[in-house]
Amino acid sequence: MNDALGEPQSVLVLGGTSEIALETVKALPRARIRRVVLAGRPSPARDEAVAALTGVGIAGVTAVDFDAKDTGAHAELINSIFDAGDIDITLLAFGILGNQDDAEADPDHAIDVATTNYTGAVSVGLRVAQRLKTQGHGSLVVFSSVAGDRARRSNYVYGSTKAGLDAFAQGLGDALHGSGAHVLVVRPGMVRTKMSAGLKEAPMTTNPDVVAGIVVAALRKGKETVYAPGPLRFVMAALKTLPRPIFRKLPN
Amino acid sequence: MSAVSPLRTTGEEQLLTGWGRTSPSLARVREPRDVADIEQAIAEVGPRGLLARGLGRSYGDAAQSGGATVLDMTGVSAIDLDANAGTLTAGAGASLDDILRRIVPAGFFVPVTPGTRMVTVGGAIAADVHGKNHHVDGTFGSHVRRLGLLGSTGERHELSPTGSKRECEEFWATVGGMGLTGVITDATVDLIPITSSLISVDTERTPDLDSTMQSMVAGDDRYRYSVAWIDSVHPSGRGVITRGDHADISQLPAEQRPSALNYRAKVVGTAPPFIPGRLLNKLTVRAFNEAWYRKAPQRRVAELQPIAEFFHPLDFVQDWNRVYGPGGFVQYQFVVPDSASEVVGTALRTLQGVGAPSFLTVLKRFGAANPGPLSFPQPGWTLAADVPASVPGLGRALDQLDELVAGAGGRLYLAKDSRQSPDMLARTYPRLAEWQAIRDRMDPTGLFTSDLARRLSL
Repeated sequence: MNDALGEPQSVLVLGGTSEIALETVKALPRARIRRVVLAGRPSPARDEAVAALTGVGIAGVTAVDFDAKDTGAHAELINSIFDAGDIDITLLAFGILGNQDDAEADPDHAIDVATTNYTGAVSVGLRVAQRLKTQGHGSLVVFSSVAGDRARRSNYVYGSTKAGLDAFAQGLGDALHGSGAHVLVVRPGMVRTKMSAGLKEAPMTTNPDVVAGIVVAALRKGKETVYAPGPLRFVMAALKTLPRPIFRKLPN
Repeated sequence: MSAVSPLRTTGEEQLLTGWGRTSPSLARVREPRDVADIEQAIAEVGPRGLLARGLGRSYGDAAQSGGATVLDMTGVSAIDLDANAGTLTAGAGASLDDILRRIVPAGFFVPVTPGTRMVTVGGAIAADVHGKNHHVDGTFGSHVRRLGLLGSTGERHELSPTGSKRECEEFWATVGGMGLTGVITDATVDLIPITSSLISVDTERTPDLDSTMQSMVAGDDRYRYSVAWIDSVHPSGRGVITRGDHADISQLPAEQRPSALNYRAKVVGTAPPFIPGRLLNKLTVRAFNEAWYRKAPQRRVAELQPIAEFFHPLDFVQDWNRVYGPGGFVQYQFVVPDSASEVVGTALRTLQGVGAPSFLTVLKRFGAANPGPLSFPQPGWTLAADVPASVPGLGRALDQLDELVAGAGGRLYLAKDSRQSPDMLARTYPRLAEWQAIRDRMDPTGLFTSDLARRLSL
């Protein structure tokens, strides 16, 4: 249960090695945190994430096995996590960028991106929502992307998964309105992480800790949608109005 | 548990908060009218348990429980006055407001009233509330002769402080037990006989905190009721001490004696439903406090005040908790032993330091503690201050104050708490394990729970 000053006691990270999610956990007020569950595939990176959060003094950090594409296992996993105690904040932070050229050449790769980013999120998101409704409180933070605001030639497979995820998360937020549970949709621009390593930097590229700060502030204010950085809201609003012949010709 | 139901909420479900309007959670609210209805609610309880709620005046998360069944007890409110015995038997949902309207004209007063009469008997017992007479009369629970309690299998208990050892343990685990030992159905309490509905009040304005505290130490014993209001935004910590006792009918002017027991308690206004968060700030609080301080006479003796004016100044404005805006507020109330009286000044300076505007800062001396393992009062000083929850840096400042209070052998009041840590609670309530053992015996399945209980691992 969040206390009166909005300080959480328990956090679940779906996509437990996400740099943005880990920075978000670090940016949360940590005086009352007793339990952090990092859900992700077993890997050295996951072990390092547990160690890193523990290392900065966050209490009760553990890891559990979670594969976004293994939707058959989601119900049992989410129920076991919530049966052990209420979760105040859930970060839905997994996703893969994929490669547009590979996806066009090999649709199986596109399916992989779509299953992870969209199908996996719908599966686990609904199961988390069910438990938030049952406990009568809690926040679900869904990491969408500005790439979902308008699909671009250069990464429309990824963009379309985020567009679907974004629409799903907004609808879920409306479904949960009045239930004591709350959904925050986060739309970051380009963020310097291992996912974007090697790509050409877009304008307004930012760092994970900046996104984390924006997420924590938005949770505090009970916001439903937030861009990171904030002014991207206006850039994306403008981009969405561009006629397609012009939009198509924009440099990637 | 499998996911089977849609996410839709039903009409029975309500978002509940405490009086501080922070941290809402959704519960299935039922409105029992009698004991049979409560038994039925217990029989039909879901996996998230059950909790009784009165008028929702606890400030934090004591009277809410996310996902659980919450019983709005205000319909279980029968009042039965036994004038010969000087006792009152009331349903747990009866409010002190209703009770006073009934018993004052009959020549009786409640043994203890907090700063609002908008509390129920069940809530007063569960939080073991105190009032301006704690230094003389102790808490509300100290005046309960017996109470009825429904346990987790719907079984009925009769508990009294004079029963068997087991009954005594369960009685005192319920007094101050925050509703976690069962559902209190009704109680019988001793009343104070009165011959007039007026209070003879002495008022003293003090130039700073030290003189306030000195005056209280020197003079409190001469009064049944005593409290000091502190100007928390003024650097001196100046204040106004009001002390008094029930006026005897002989103290009234002759023309007032025929109506000596008349009782009126009016609400003069309601706070508007929406108030912007910025309305309450350092400037407006400073202006309010200045006016409140100036309004009090330097020294006035034996002024006759009606009950509502002396005991329940907050109740003149309905829904006053809205003045802190949509972000809500917290009330920080601690007690420290006399040996650590300097913590009072430190706390005031700390709250000033974070720029927390508070206009309802109250200082009082407590008398002896009672046998309740979770009962808050213990001998010493108690300070209560309201602070808007949105004040930046408040969390850290209060955590530091917690350290100071705990180090001094003090503790926080659970009926006000909305943010202390489980460690702080365990450290400052040394009889917590003893209470938990009795509670586990009374409620082995953990049916009775609350957001506060989960937050503090009670």
